[in-house]
Amino acid sequence: MSKELEYFSKKVARGLMDRRAFMGRAAALGVSSTMATGILATAVHAQGPVKGGILKAGLQGASSSDSQDPGTWASDYTTNLGHIWGECLVEVDPTGEIEPRLAESVEASADAKTWSFRIRDGVEFHNGKTLTADDVVATMERHSNEESKSGALGIMTGIDRVVADGQNVIFELSTPNADLPYLISDFHLVIQPGGGKDDPAAGIGTGPYRLVEDQVGVRAVGEKFANYWDGDNRGHADQVETIALNDPTARLAALQSGQVDMINRVEPKVVDLIKRVPGITVQNVAGRGHYVFIMHCNTEPFANNDLRLALKYAINRQELVDKILQGYGSMGNDFPINGSYPLFSDDIEQRTYDPDKAAFHYKQSGHDGPIVLRTSDVAFPGAVDATQLFQQSAAAAGINIEVKREPGDGYWSDVWNVQPFSASYWSGRPVQDQMYSTAYLSSADWNDTRFFRDDFDQLILSARAELDNDKRREIYREAAMIVRDEGGVIVPMFNDFVEATGPRVGGWFKDPNFGFMNNRAIVKCWVES
Amino acid sequence: MGQVLKLLVQRIALGLLLLLLVSLLVFVGTEILPGDVAQSILGQAATPTSLANLREELGLNEPAPLRYLSWLGGVLTGDLGTALSNGQDITTQIGLRLGNTLFLAFWAAVVAVPLAILLGLLAVRYRNRWPDKLISGLTLASISLPEFFTGYVLIFFFAVKLRWFPSVATVYDSMSLLEKLNAIALPIAVLVMVVLAHMMRMTRAAILNVMQSAYIETAELKGLSPFKVIFRHAFPNAVAPIVNVVMLNLAYLVVGVVVVEVIFVYPGMGQYLVDHVSKRDVPVVQACGLIFAAVYIGLNLVADIVSIVTNPRLRHPK
Repeated sequence: MSKELEYFSKKVARGLMDRRAFMGRAAALGVSSTMATGILATAVHAQGPVKGGILKAGLQGASSSDSQDPGTWASDYTTNLGHIWGECLVEVDPTGEIEPRLAESVEASADAKTWSFRIRDGVEFHNGKTLTADDVVATMERHSNEESKSGALGIMTGIDRVVADGQNVIFELSTPNADLPYLISDFHLVIQPGGGKDDPAAGIGTGPYRLVEDQVGVRAVGEKFANYWDGDNRGHADQVETIALNDPTARLAALQSGQVDMINRVEPKVVDLIKRVPGITVQNVAGRGHYVFIMHCNTEPFANNDLRLALKYAINRQELVDKILQGYGSMGNDFPINGSYPLFSDDIEQRTYDPDKAAFHYKQSGHDGPIVLRTSDVAFPGAVDATQLFQQSAAAAGINIEVKREPGDGYWSDVWNVQPFSASYWSGRPVQDQMYSTAYLSSADWNDTRFFRDDFDQLILSARAELDNDKRREIYREAAMIVRDEGGVIVPMFNDFVEATGPRVGGWFKDPNFGFMNNRAIVKCWVES
Repeated sequence: MGQVLKLLVQRIALGLLLLLLVSLLVFVGTEILPGDVAQSILGQAATPTSLANLREELGLNEPAPLRYLSWLGGVLTGDLGTALSNGQDITTQIGLRLGNTLFLAFWAAVVAVPLAILLGLLAVRYRNRWPDKLISGLTLASISLPEFFTGYVLIFFFAVKLRWFPSVATVYDSMSLLEKLNAIALPIAVLVMVVLAHMMRMTRAAILNVMQSAYIETAELKGLSPFKVIFRHAFPNAVAPIVNVVMLNLAYLVVGVVVVEVIFVYPGMGQYLVDHVSKRDVPVVQACGLIFAAVYIGLNLVADIVSIVTNPRLRHPK
């Protein structure tokens, strides 16, 4: 049966048979439509990219106050749209390796303090200008100078100086960093002509599509850029369109009615319903994003490690994965790293729900009375429900959590990183160092658990300077154990990215770096004719 | 006619004063909300340095009354300023959005107003018989269902199942009028269902009121057909209250459709305003507030004038 179907699927891929006829044959052979769609997708992928057509993506996160200035990007919509017209020096590929893009090679000095990026020849900006090392230097400058308000400012702080040397760009660091290329892959650091200093929001870059229409917060259109340097691998469709679809139901309806070819952020609770719709494929991949409950380690009663441990044992992780993520995710282990990261140690024991241990540590802590936990709809999808489940599982251990629901408006300015115990999320980072330095070092701007430990800081800094991967893995294991057993973060679950594509889309693959194939689904996928 | 002119001038002057108060209220309101625009833009990614840089650049360090006055100065000279959150010119942005909102409101009104009045007349003609009850029942049912529910039901049947109309009502310049109308067919349907009942019931009540008068009896005794009596003799005297409620609903179609905009992803003013309120982008919120208030005040003014013009007793007071 499958041989015949395989034969037909190849015919469709070559355009010798239409989809409807194929589905008919598949039905005649007694194959379900979901399975037939799957077989077809594989065949189409094997056939290689199809050029031409219009690819439309319906994306969450748009706002009419958005800008094309890469420094301001924070939402899925802006980031995905930005990558149709702009590119970074390097990217992280699905296996976690560095993929050279506008830089064709990267070299480090032996002490990992000086890095050299060789800029690719013959790359052209949409305004006709040729990419030079000076454009790269100017871009880095704009994101890191005194007046910068870029979202990448935090990761640029360890860089002392960026200079051009012919076709090379040299980064001189204040402290050694073996992960510098991962920092430079940050999605804000899109290379702009002249660094974008004249007009940061011009939307001119080196990407596969020229931005021809941009109705802010509504819709944007990109047209294929004829002189794109990597046209064989990216930018397959002639025209791409992003449509702002913030309402989850509107996104699904648009995909089902064929108005868009791909959507992001499918709610876990509807995934099982969507799976049954013929022609629609649910794309999910385990990512590095995780949901957290954060406690301030320097504020009573959370300054007591027994109380922190009591709360860590009092949360029912499996229940949260099942009920909040509907199984689209995995259990967390109270440190912000999972198997999607390079250099992860998988031999650390999984912490599970244990009311007895929770009660024991709670008694040890000597605390009495209710513990206020602040939550909100915006903390993460399903945060309020998750908080209530936490409250119930903790009650079974004799711990009284008082849930305080906060308005979503102002949650990030007035509650998160301000109140001592609250719900939040982290979207993860490409490497362990970046995750720890963003939120767990004593000096971190976003040290949202108020975790001040010199020995931990030393570990992270020594791992940063270490170029031997086995030694680094060992150091990261030690750091993870400290955060897990003594830190202020409760990590109950890592969430999958759940997205969906329509029947015409080819070329989708799993990329754990970020949702929507690391924000590049639009330039890497294609449409069948 | 001098009477009308005097009233007009009076009303416009009062309207302007009202607008000033509205702008003050909006400004104070957005100041009270937690966080500021810099905090909202940077969100979870804010650092003290980037926050300070952004505040400085946006001029947020100046005292609030001073910011209000400089904004007011700009508006009086016809400059709405630029959005704090993305630096775009507010006048052009609002121009686009307002155009879309008016487009949707216009076509919804074109369908809803004649339909409501016609149904109202029919209901009077067959009052207390089955057509009257059917019309009242259906329109009251449709107003009782929340907009998002009707919207989703229409999307499910007409966009997903039958594929007659798109579920996404995004309109843009390169579309032809026909394409645009096709795109907004479903939102129009929802809006019509929402505003129909109010106008229909008011038409029915206003005409029934007039139908008690002696001159209607005369008309009936002359042997005129029932519909002619209603349309030619009763309707003109009931115009004032009908126009009032029609204007109220038109105003709703312009300023109150944010739910419909979200469901159908229609790029109108409502969505624009909500986005900027959540970003604490005061100049944009102010501008939207002014426009919405002006629409309300303007339409009410029209309603008053129409009721005076159609009523000789008001036109020639003793």
